[in-house]
Amino acid sequence: MAGIQRYGSYVPFCRLQRSAIGAGKGERAAASYDEDAVSMAVEASREAMRAFEGGIDRLVFATTSAPYLEKLNATTIHAALDLDSAVSASDMTTSSRSGVVALSDALDASHAGRTTLVAASDVVVGAPGGPRESQGGDAAATVVVGPGDGIAKLIGRASRTEEVLDVWRSEGMAFASQWEERFGAEVFVPMFASTIQAALADAGISADDLDAALIDSTNARVNRAIPKATGIAAEKFLGAAEFAGSVGRAGAANAALLLANALDQAKPGDKILVGVAADGADVLIFEATDALADARPKHSVADWLASKKDDLAYTAYLKWRGVLPFEPPRRPDPDRPASPPMMRAERWKYAFVGSKCTKCSAVNLPPQRVCVACQAVDEMEPVQCADAQCRVATYTIDRLAYSLQPPVVAAVVDFSEGGRLNCQLTDVDPESVGIGDELEMTFRRFFVAGGVHNYFWKARPQR
Amino acid sequence: MGSKGICDRVAIVGMGCTKFGEHWGKSVSDLLVDAAHDAYHSAGVEAEQIDAYWLGTLSSGVSGLTAAEPLKIQYKPVTHVENMCATGSEAIRNAAYAVASGAYDVAMAIGVEKLKDSGFSGLVGSGGVASDGTEAGMTAPANFSLLAPAYAEKYGVDMETLRDVLSRIAYKNHYNGARNEKAQFQREVSMEKINASPKVAGMLGIMDCSGVSDGAAAAVLVRAEDAHKYTDNPIFIKGLSFVAGPAEGTKRQEYDFTTFPEVVASAHDAYAQAGIKDAREEISMAEVHDCFTPTELVLMEDLGFSERGQAWKDTVDGRFDLKGEQPINPDGGLKSFGHPIGASGLRMMYEMWLQLRGEAGERQIENPKLGLTHNLGGQPGRCVSFVSVVGR
Repeated sequence: MAGIQRYGSYVPFCRLQRSAIGAGKGERAAASYDEDAVSMAVEASREAMRAFEGGIDRLVFATTSAPYLEKLNATTIHAALDLDSAVSASDMTTSSRSGVVALSDALDASHAGRTTLVAASDVVVGAPGGPRESQGGDAAATVVVGPGDGIAKLIGRASRTEEVLDVWRSEGMAFASQWEERFGAEVFVPMFASTIQAALADAGISADDLDAALIDSTNARVNRAIPKATGIAAEKFLGAAEFAGSVGRAGAANAALLLANALDQAKPGDKILVGVAADGADVLIFEATDALADARPKHSVADWLASKKDDLAYTAYLKWRGVLPFEPPRRPDPDRPASPPMMRAERWKYAFVGSKCTKCSAVNLPPQRVCVACQAVDEMEPVQCADAQCRVATYTIDRLAYSLQPPVVAAVVDFSEGGRLNCQLTDVDPESVGIGDELEMTFRRFFVAGGVHNYFWKARPQR
Repeated sequence: MGSKGICDRVAIVGMGCTKFGEHWGKSVSDLLVDAAHDAYHSAGVEAEQIDAYWLGTLSSGVSGLTAAEPLKIQYKPVTHVENMCATGSEAIRNAAYAVASGAYDVAMAIGVEKLKDSGFSGLVGSGGVASDGTEAGMTAPANFSLLAPAYAEKYGVDMETLRDVLSRIAYKNHYNGARNEKAQFQREVSMEKINASPKVAGMLGIMDCSGVSDGAAAAVLVRAEDAHKYTDNPIFIKGLSFVAGPAEGTKRQEYDFTTFPEVVASAHDAYAQAGIKDAREEISMAEVHDCFTPTELVLMEDLGFSERGQAWKDTVDGRFDLKGEQPINPDGGLKSFGHPIGASGLRMMYEMWLQLRGEAGERQIENPKLGLTHNLGGQPGRCVSFVSVVGR
């Protein structure tokens, strides 16, 4: 017995119009200048964990765009979620199939009684002018899998492994390469179709019994051929056409994002197939339970898609992804943060945990030993502020501060539970900020210095 | 406050100040040599008569050696002090207490900063302290720009009027600086040009910001009873206050960005030491920390020169003009004279020195009795503040 316990999704605020690249219709989601696969994974995971009362035993981060090539990336997500250090963390990288592989592994771990948070997140960067750039997208989705039926129980699965050179990227290559699509389709269509059939057989159901089929592959020809090759009705490929035009293919997170979208809409008893073909294939079939209705995250995928800035300039996009050299800000480069102070400030920096005075109840941000309100010494308890309501006390637009996307919008933010913080705003139109605006906190990558990815929290208008 | 003060116990008997500005051809050492020798000459002393030195610099050097090596100080104490933008005033304060204590007979306070070698506009962090990477990274103009909308909101001043008030402050300080051969910017600037200057942060344009510059200034201090051995026209310290706040404005929602509690506290302390009851009436003139135009506006109220909510009217009415009832920043202030951090507090005192001795030329204020210098470092809600009162 294993099933999905919770899920959450995240689509960044910015969209790049394909017309801006001369690449046809629709738009792709673009991680902001201060986002990466880790920060987006945190956002999706917060969505999944917010209403989850159970514990997590393992955290797995699936991506093809890990910020660190050496150093565990999952530990940052682990810290941001304020998980107990006994919870294990690992990265599952290098393949677009990583997300569903991690999910499959997590289902296995469920049989050992362990609950796993799978955070799939990707920032898909393609060479300018190529299909990976225009058809790719940036997004994240988190699925918590554990023992018990949960909100969607596993009813069938199948797996294939094939050593086929389709998509690859080696050290020193800025962009992935892909072999001719016609060859890929020749190999992958029958393999993927047979994996889907095997999963249906494992579940003891037929293609007609499915309510949703969520398929993903690195090769668009494969996706187009699967309905006919498997006999699954075209209308069951929920979200496929819509997301291609609004998000783009979100790499290792794509299948999980489709799954989140299907769970946003599923009724109890719905049978949902999710499969990915890349370096082989993994296919899982779930059946939604009665528990789903009360376990949905705050934001549906549709909510994220509706909340956007859709006129991102192509040059800004290229600059954010490090593709286009640009005139640096006329400020010194930021210093890399130092390891010991980051370790000492871990719960503040990553999980946004402040301190609350047990004598006078004042919230102190960042955490203090001596209370700013009553000067009591060492009478503090931790207080989680990441989900606290907050509002703009006052603000300014800083045209001089270092940023990859000037100007910096900075605000003095007051929290409803108490406490105040000077912080940067993001996903915001500088002209639209006003005193009293309601904000929410979001986990971001401030800058990269000396190869160190510096993460902390910013405030954004409510999405 | 527990400070007892040293009213009329310490005198300044000589001062020196370089021109402030872009000294591409001069090093930190050159500026120190220029200011120190200017001050020695002013006091009529030789270097060997100075018993101890206090050197103020934020980021142009570390330790007393920054001054000892270029000045060839012969095995005497040189103390490096730093308190952000109030560093120069901190050098004066420590030197004053040193001679007041009797430990030394003659002390020099000297401040220097060389900002223009960094290659960046505005101030850049001095760095050095290992960081956890959680700072918001706001610049000084952004932090101080928070004062303007808060002031307008609290006192019902519309933004267009406030814009003119801020420009009036910059206009006044440039008017004064245009009459000062040592100022960085020695020209008047029209209200229209100030109003239209390119935006830096919030409503602040480049013309709302103090000049980033290089410079140095120095003072020779002795006990009051010795003052007339050096000059017929010494000036005397009436009050000296320095406070560091607990930075609660950045952490507590009660703080509303229309005041600097640190300034209020240091003014209260300095006035008590100097026996001042009504600063608006008793202070003849002041050099205040006009790092950005709204800072000067708020300072007028924190220092007691204007009633709360009235400084904008007093500014527009010309009260603080060179020929007004209470001239503020007669030398041009940080705005026009420039702001080489470690030197600024001493530069403020240099103008008091000139004015009280009747040596301010075209800028001379008629028969001033008491002058005030105010210097702050940090940002609204989180700062240090210095206030001195000096007189004949």
